[in-house]
Amino acid sequence: MAIFLTGQSRVMIQGITGSEGRKHGARMLVAGTKVVGGVNPRKAGQTVDLNGTDVPVFGTVAETMEQTGADVSVVFVPASGTKDAVIEAIEARVPLCIVITEGIPVHDTAEFWARASAVGNQTRIIGPNCPGVASPGKSNAGIIPADITTEGRIGLVSKSGTLTYQMMYELRDIGFSTAVGIGGDPVIGTTHIDCLQAFQEDPETDAIVMIGEIGGDAEERAGAFIEQHVTKPVVGYVAGFTAPEGKTMGHAGAIISGSSGTAQAKKEALEKAGVRVGKTPSETAQLVRDIMRTR
Amino acid sequence: MDLFEYQAKEIFAEYGVPVQPGKVARTAEEAREIAAEFAASGHPLVVVKAQVKTGGRGKAGGVKLADGPDEAYDKASQILGMDIKGHTVYTVLIAQATDIAAEYYLSFLLDRANRTFLSICSVQGGMEIEEVAHTDPGAVARIPVSPLAGVDRAKAQEIIAAGRIPAEAAEGAALLAERLWAMFADEDATLVEVNPMVLTPDGDVLAVDGKVTLDDNAGFRQEHARFDDISNTDPIEARAREKHLNYVKLEGEVGIIGNGAGLVMSTLDVVAYAGERFGGVRPANFLDIGGGASAEVMANGLEIVLSDPSVKSVFVNVFGGITSCDAVANGIVSAIGMLADRGEPVDRPIVVRLDGNNAVEGRRILDEARISAVERVDTMDGAAARAAELASASSDAGAAKGA
Repeated sequence: MAIFLTGQSRVMIQGITGSEGRKHGARMLVAGTKVVGGVNPRKAGQTVDLNGTDVPVFGTVAETMEQTGADVSVVFVPASGTKDAVIEAIEARVPLCIVITEGIPVHDTAEFWARASAVGNQTRIIGPNCPGVASPGKSNAGIIPADITTEGRIGLVSKSGTLTYQMMYELRDIGFSTAVGIGGDPVIGTTHIDCLQAFQEDPETDAIVMIGEIGGDAEERAGAFIEQHVTKPVVGYVAGFTAPEGKTMGHAGAIISGSSGTAQAKKEALEKAGVRVGKTPSETAQLVRDIMRTR
Repeated sequence: MDLFEYQAKEIFAEYGVPVQPGKVARTAEEAREIAAEFAASGHPLVVVKAQVKTGGRGKAGGVKLADGPDEAYDKASQILGMDIKGHTVYTVLIAQATDIAAEYYLSFLLDRANRTFLSICSVQGGMEIEEVAHTDPGAVARIPVSPLAGVDRAKAQEIIAAGRIPAEAAEGAALLAERLWAMFADEDATLVEVNPMVLTPDGDVLAVDGKVTLDDNAGFRQEHARFDDISNTDPIEARAREKHLNYVKLEGEVGIIGNGAGLVMSTLDVVAYAGERFGGVRPANFLDIGGGASAEVMANGLEIVLSDPSVKSVFVNVFGGITSCDAVANGIVSAIGMLADRGEPVDRPIVVRLDGNNAVEGRRILDEARISAVERVDTMDGAAARAAELASASSDAGAAKGA
């Protein structure tokens, strides 16, 4: 099963002819992803060679869907063109649109989110500024290294890319159903809560790891959701206890303003919901290990 | 990026948001000259306002009324150089004083939780809006603003009515709101706040104070760099920015370099925990060198981190995801060579933790380079503890030497 992305997913790449699109398109193919096409209006009708596999390029998202049956789009177009690319995907009703591009102005994200909402959220948007989705052994859409972990029964949702990789690697002997990098921007399409709900409903996921960081109140709201709706064990980790107020820590969304958005408040909210929260990434991995061992 | 009040008002004026006339002074003498100009045009009464990017200036004594050029000189001398919540006052705004009939509040901001924009409007202005929301929640209106529809005159009127702005100010306030939104949208702001929005006895509505936060991600289509203010930035942060490094200065002894914002934030925490066992040493900085971690970026990163004299040891924490650890290890080795060539050899211990993609090969490369300053520890927690221990030992030694 896995969530959002399965072995049947047919993936297109918006921005397939750019260096990032090519590089990661090739990596996705190696990971077993069905990369069926790419979009670039100026290179429609051509093919792009991804490490020996010729992938057709189409002029529009709609055309790619029609010709290839693509149901997932991964967006690598530069920040200045991302808004239009995502709106195109929304208008074409792609079921899943994963936005890898970083550095997108939040007005653009708010706008494409509003567009998606206006048509009833028929497109699930993941990101922006995220590493993507990996369902090990099945499919990989984005930039998560496919070979650092194995297929298994842990579900992972994280705001941070490298912490995601770290966790996947530490628990590679147990393995993951799906890992979702939701991104660290202030406005994102898919939240911790969306992923928690999907993992709760996924028969192939036994336990959930949730990685958060300072800024906003998504972790607090996730805590309330877990209390109400999640019966599977959840282990949490929150980064940024030492972050000072008013300074952006790498991710555009990772900023403490006043007393809101602190790591301590997030940890407490999660613990109140019965989530075991690790003090370090290694301790968090150990908590997951303990849970999986007793199952 | 947060703007100073005077910068906020500059943009307000560009968009037709009414503000009272004012000019910036860096010295008391300049303040006197500006006040003299106002006096010559029949407005001797001015307000001298400290320009710092924090609230509570008034309470701290950073805002003073002055009657004429000499008083403006005196007040400016008192305020310039003042410390307000850790911010030094380098400039003052000399603004023409305004008679105030009433004070209101108006803002536009990003609503993260609802993934949209929000306007907050209140008939009670002049104090912190959080305080008003606490003492009189009914007086604070929160009106969602769609990124697609924006704010036209009708929406502006809706906002002003929801904030219960009285009839005599409503028209002026709605006009101000409409123009303020145009600024918020066109300039890629994430916050614009007018507090107070003032009604004068003549019936004019104007922005007497302004707070603006601009989106750093919009730099590619905005001229935001003109608001960069090096004088108020930490010098190491300023140099890091020139080198396009994502660096934040903190108060501590263990320099930190890592790849990925989340991992670096986590590294700071793990070092702080470890430091509790070693005399309370703390992380000295945040530095995310990104996924690539090339030798040059590593060299620049090490140079910046080591240029902080309070750094006693450095912890390089890299997880090889897409980048493999052998490339990172080679990067570290050549970075240390580059620094020696630049005449800035590494003189403090560096603890390196490499894990992930091709970690075994990366570790072998580090070992074979036999760099005396580099110590390899293979777990994040272990490496953090070692870096803290080294920083603590060196601080003790330094203290002993000093004594």
